[in-house]
Amino acid sequence: MRLEYFEMIDAISRLDREAGRIEAIARVPMESPVFEGHFPGHPLVPGVLLTETMAQASGYLVLAHLGFAQMPFLMAVDKARFRSFVGPGATLEVSATLEHDGSGYAVTKAAVRHEGKLIADAELRFRTMPFPEGLDAPMRERAARIGLDIGAGA
Amino acid sequence: MSELPTAGTSATFERVADIIAETADIPRDTITPESHAIDDLGIDSLAFLDIAFAVDKAFGIKLPLERWTQEVNEGKVPAEEYFVLKNLCARIDGLVAEKAAKA
Repeated sequence: MRLEYFEMIDAISRLDREAGRIEAIARVPMESPVFEGHFPGHPLVPGVLLTETMAQASGYLVLAHLGFAQMPFLMAVDKARFRSFVGPGATLEVSATLEHDGSGYAVTKAAVRHEGKLIADAELRFRTMPFPEGLDAPMRERAARIGLDIGAGA
Repeated sequence: MSELPTAGTSATFERVADIIAETADIPRDTITPESHAIDDLGIDSLAFLDIAFAVDKAFGIKLPLERWTQEVNEGKVPAEEYFVLKNLCARIDGLVAEKAAKA
């Protein structure tokens, strides 16, 4: 995870297109300016960044599902729950499942676990739209870097 | 109302109105078959997608919002055809019938 750059997902460990499910790894860095403020002397990954982590795993799932034809943008976060604390050095397991593939939108359920224990979960909704000019290539590059199989559509 | 909706559309309307009331927090008794989702009920695009999700789930269909939006934007279809609730409900009935015919 490069928290300051909003690059939350380090690697895709599994993508099941048929089932509409993705699993990913996110390693919390030992040090980050984020921890200087959240909280001084008591570093914890902020809930908003756990939400972003779930959103990014979901986003890659939607990108793969749509064959990179459209870009998902986070539109709604429902039922977000932060069940336990997580700090520097933790390796997080992030999962997301596609709950609904709508016309122009998609819905996922996502979770973050640490050593098998549920840390956070939420239901996320995305607006899917044509890639804004110039975003397609960097997204494909980033997806390839984390090992997302972008499939025949790529 | 000058023309009575069909029985199917009427039942669909009740269900859709319940969904709109709950999802967009609009008083149920202000929602009529003649209501325009945007002009009369003030539903914004985010709330409309919330409603679309609930409708998709409730009726087991996929409202073709992208095609509708394109048709309206290109001036091919007036927005009322999709956003006035009795028209929306007729289209939902059509999609449900289409799905049943395929099954």
